[in-house]
Amino acid sequence: MEFKTHIRVRNVNVFYGKEQALKNVSVDIPDRRITAIIGPSGCGKTTLLKSFNRLIDTTDGVRVSGEISVDGENILDPKVEVTHIRKKMGLLSQKPYPLPMSIYDNVAYGPRIHGIKDKKRLDEIVERYLRQSSLWEEVRDRLRTPASRLSVGQQQRLCLARGLAVEPEIILGDEPTSALDPSSSQRIEQRFLELKNQYTIVIVTHILRQARRLADYVIFLYLGELIEHGTAEAIFENPKEQMTREYIKGIIS
Amino acid sequence: MDRRKIEENIFKGLMNASMLIILASLVFILVTIIVRGLPAMNLAMITQTPKGGYYLGKEGGILNAIVGSLYLAGGATLLAILISLPVVLYLNIYSKKGSRLVAFTRFSFDVLWGVPSIVYGAFGFTIMLFFGLRASLLGGIIAVALLVLPIMSRAMDEVIRMVPQELLESSYALGATRLQTAFKVVTRQALPGILTAVLIAFGRGIGDAASVIFTAGFTDYIPYSLLRPAATLPLAIFFQLGTPFPEVQERAYASALILTVIILIISIVSRILITRFTKHIVK
Repeated sequence: MEFKTHIRVRNVNVFYGKEQALKNVSVDIPDRRITAIIGPSGCGKTTLLKSFNRLIDTTDGVRVSGEISVDGENILDPKVEVTHIRKKMGLLSQKPYPLPMSIYDNVAYGPRIHGIKDKKRLDEIVERYLRQSSLWEEVRDRLRTPASRLSVGQQQRLCLARGLAVEPEIILGDEPTSALDPSSSQRIEQRFLELKNQYTIVIVTHILRQARRLADYVIFLYLGELIEHGTAEAIFENPKEQMTREYIKGIIS
Repeated sequence: MDRRKIEENIFKGLMNASMLIILASLVFILVTIIVRGLPAMNLAMITQTPKGGYYLGKEGGILNAIVGSLYLAGGATLLAILISLPVVLYLNIYSKKGSRLVAFTRFSFDVLWGVPSIVYGAFGFTIMLFFGLRASLLGGIIAVALLVLPIMSRAMDEVIRMVPQELLESSYALGATRLQTAFKVVTRQALPGILTAVLIAFGRGIGDAASVIFTAGFTDYIPYSLLRPAATLPLAIFFQLGTPFPEVQERAYASALILTVIILIISIVSRILITRFTKHIVK
């Protein structure tokens, strides 16, 4: 399988104070594919993901070095406008956090902060992305009710719609199904499979079966080091590294 | 009986006694001002300003002090919000967590909270002299704003601190700036707590006498300009209680009753507002 690179990671090191969370990581993330970052807890999966949209900047005492290029632009360059990078990427967190406003306003939040004020256009955007995240039918009659009243599974799909509404190129998921029940998880996974034709998707997961179901490309991290990366087939069927083999078999976790 | 059960019962007794003291104080205060103030209560009290000889028992009311107090506490609360909100948003959103400046600012609030209100009055008075200002509504507003500032800021700080970091991150992840996040997300999520903080500050401001005695002065007229002196209810109570005439002393209790009712109305209205605003809160 041939990939076009969307996110190019070179020699990335991340320190939290004195602790090093990522050690010299270099990897290419393919365009319009689902990439899964796997590895045991505390291995730096989320750190790597949050480096992509620079949400890592909000952690105190963090130092990041190296280069991450998205569309040829080094996003770790301090001169780069973070809001511009973040607009390119939608994020789904472990637990959905709807904003304290109505369902409609949640989806319209992103477009509004980026300057869209026209009521008709906002209506269209809200409907389009609620449909794309398959929530429209469930909420079309109560768009003005608080988002906090939705079930957790619905909230996560709302967060997806909210992220899509800023028209990103990349969707980042930080264990996006870990707080959801099985059927809600399945719906999110289905959305990912549909969306990968238009978006580059990177998810962090500790569920190997999920990675197998979704991923085209897999990155395996262990204690901050990139152990192995490759197509899903290569990693799951024929891992080169001893450690990858053991992790996949469940010997190390 | 088993030892742990005795401990449990002793503690329960202690809790009940404490509750009783709190409730009884409130009831006792209310009963006192009602019993002693109600006979002096009439429409003139709340619709008229003092006529000549009011403090000797002649006709009139304390509309001057009611309006003065509302202006003063309202103005001071507004001024304090304008200062508190930026400070607490800075402490919780912009600053580095655990930095020395943050710790020192919080510590300053705690110290300022403990400063007696007469000191704010004297401090405000010194500033007024420096600017050549006389006792006026403006002077009073500034002194009371300084008095309620630490109370309001600390109360807001506590609720804004409770806003989950992930909620902020959700907003940042959509490309929002810190300012947009602060005003569109954080203040909304913390709105009930912010309103409570404002309410506490207002209640403290409207009830304080010592900070306004030099700064706002006292007058029998309703203030029509920020630069005119303003009467306040706590001072009206103080002056009326200080007269040797029983009928004027009764009016002091009636004035206290009016002050209490104002605070009660504001509390109830804000409770209603709070329940309306809480519907969007994310738990």
